Amino acid sequence: MPVLLPQHPGQGKQIADRFLKSDKIKLFTGIIFSNVAGATVPDILDAGGIYISPNAGPSNFAGKECHRNYYVVSWQNDTLHESAGQNATNLGYKRAFILAPNYQAGKDALAGFKRYFKGEIVGEVYTRLDQTDFAAEMAQARAAAPDVVFQFHPGGLGIAFLRQYQQAGLLGTIPMLVAAPSADSVILKAVGDAAVGINVSSHWNADFDNPSNKRFVAEWTKKYNRAPTFYASQAYDTALAIAAALKATQGKVDDTEAFRTAMLKADFQSVRGAFKFGPNQHPIQDWWALRVEKDEQGAPVLKTKGKVLSNHGDFYAPQCKL
Amino acid sequence: MTLVLEQLLNGVQLGVTLFLLAAGLTLIFGIMGVINLAHGSLYMVGAYGAALVATKTGSFALAALGGLAAAAITGMVIEFVVIRRLYARDHLDQVLATFGLILFFNQAIVLLFGRQPIFIGIPPLLSGAVQVLPGVFYPVYRLAIIVVGIAVACALYLMITHTRLGMLVRAGATHREMVRALGVDIRVLYTTVFGLGALLAGLAGLMAGPILAVQVGMGEQILIVTFVVVVIGGVGSVRGAFFGALIVGVSDTLMRAFLPGLLRGMMTGSEADALGAGLSSMGIYLLMAIVLLVRPKGLFPAHG
Repeated sequence: MPVLLPQHPGQGKQIADRFLKSDKIKLFTGIIFSNVAGATVPDILDAGGIYISPNAGPSNFAGKECHRNYYVVSWQNDTLHESAGQNATNLGYKRAFILAPNYQAGKDALAGFKRYFKGEIVGEVYTRLDQTDFAAEMAQARAAAPDVVFQFHPGGLGIAFLRQYQQAGLLGTIPMLVAAPSADSVILKAVGDAAVGINVSSHWNADFDNPSNKRFVAEWTKKYNRAPTFYASQAYDTALAIAAALKATQGKVDDTEAFRTAMLKADFQSVRGAFKFGPNQHPIQDWWALRVEKDEQGAPVLKTKGKVLSNHGDFYAPQCKL
Repeated sequence: MTLVLEQLLNGVQLGVTLFLLAAGLTLIFGIMGVINLAHGSLYMVGAYGAALVATKTGSFALAALGGLAAAAITGMVIEFVVIRRLYARDHLDQVLATFGLILFFNQAIVLLFGRQPIFIGIPPLLSGAVQVLPGVFYPVYRLAIIVVGIAVACALYLMITHTRLGMLVRAGATHREMVRALGVDIRVLYTTVFGLGALLAGLAGLMAGPILAVQVGMGEQILIVTFVVVVIGGVGSVRGAFFGALIVGVSDTLMRAFLPGLLRGMMTGSEADALGAGLSSMGIYLLMAIVLLVRPKGLFPAHG
């Protein structure tokens, strides 16, 4: 099983091209960013390959352009933020200021949040994907005086955003609500106390009480000596899902229809608990409200507080005809 | 109104950071005729130098010294080892060689520090926000950046107009051959100027560290905007770099902050957001194009 780590997101397409043409690889997974998936996945599918997404679930592949050989194990992008919108509604917030980077997943994020948030949107800002200083946006948020700030800034962007939110003195005045990618365990470790009190919604958390998750968290912590992120949990689920399908087809991927039948059974114990594929081969799953609290050592950690959405599919599934 | 003021301060803060980078870049181009794409790497080296000392000692003052030293020494070493061989070559060779330096520095930092971004805390003395005007709170650290940037600009102005080194810098920028003919050791001057440029880039990098994440490639993000500043201000002109940086910093921030809102008054929400986000990211490049059309040598050309 060849694995290549690109030096730069832009190389994803070239690497997939090489795997397809020179190495005759059939089954692909691993892309994190929606924009990279958008550039790479159509090439794989057109060449008769199979793609199983462990993270990105952009809206444009979930509806009319869904594909028999395209599976998403993580989530459709919007659902992350639909759960956040529902969470904000449940928590009683009435006026929200919302921000996301100006790319597909950012647009999906704000669309998803607005779909389930019942209050008023007092400000909506798209940041640049390469932006690292958010001072101008912080000032706008302060001026709008909302009940809550919802933001989607994954990875390093999220760390910079949270730190600057604290530096601007906003953390104590306007509560923040995010979806899972803006508050994973690596971000929490980097931000420290600044993250305590943030409301998060997620499909998975390290404290979920099921045997598969307990095993995953214990073995991960033993090997890497840090808490797993939700990215890791999804990749683990993706591997379990592929393994279950391959077991049913005796390891063959040449017959994509046979592989599809096996894959759609989702015959594996997901670390997030209940899991099945919807009609567009994206997950149907539960969403949970989490909150950043201090653990016994005083380090910020995500604690599960309750369910936000049950057996939640996605908005685009009805448009998909497979 | 208070919002406009706060956004102006944000713009000035971005402007002085850009000035520190652009001053070095424009001096190096003006005096030595070298296009130094690796200038952003010196910014990164300054930030990493400070981050390393900060995590080892916990002192921000020592970290600042460490970052400055790392950037200046790195700058002088690359001048001595690489750039010196490029003065007589054409710009394409310079661009290729300094682009190679970018790759080298990025990979070296990955090997030394890894890919995970590093975070430096704000020194306790400079944390928190102050009331600059009634109702306008602004982070102390960002104010400190503005103060340091303007102080450096004044010091550079005094140095260039009132010292012997400054006289050589001015002469070098306008009459390079004549300076050499008068028997000035041009090689020492070149190394000094390159080291000075690197020092300023390192200063910008180490001050940005506590606000942004210190990470591989942080220099390239800001380098492109720095080139815009140099083109708008006029190549080789430190005065141009100062005003160009402030113009770019303020207009970028104000466009980002207010353009989507203004457009929303004129058209429907989603179109206004898309157009506003697009226009505000293009804004400074449009500005550069207009300046090039009206004043092809920039607003404050060095060569008259």
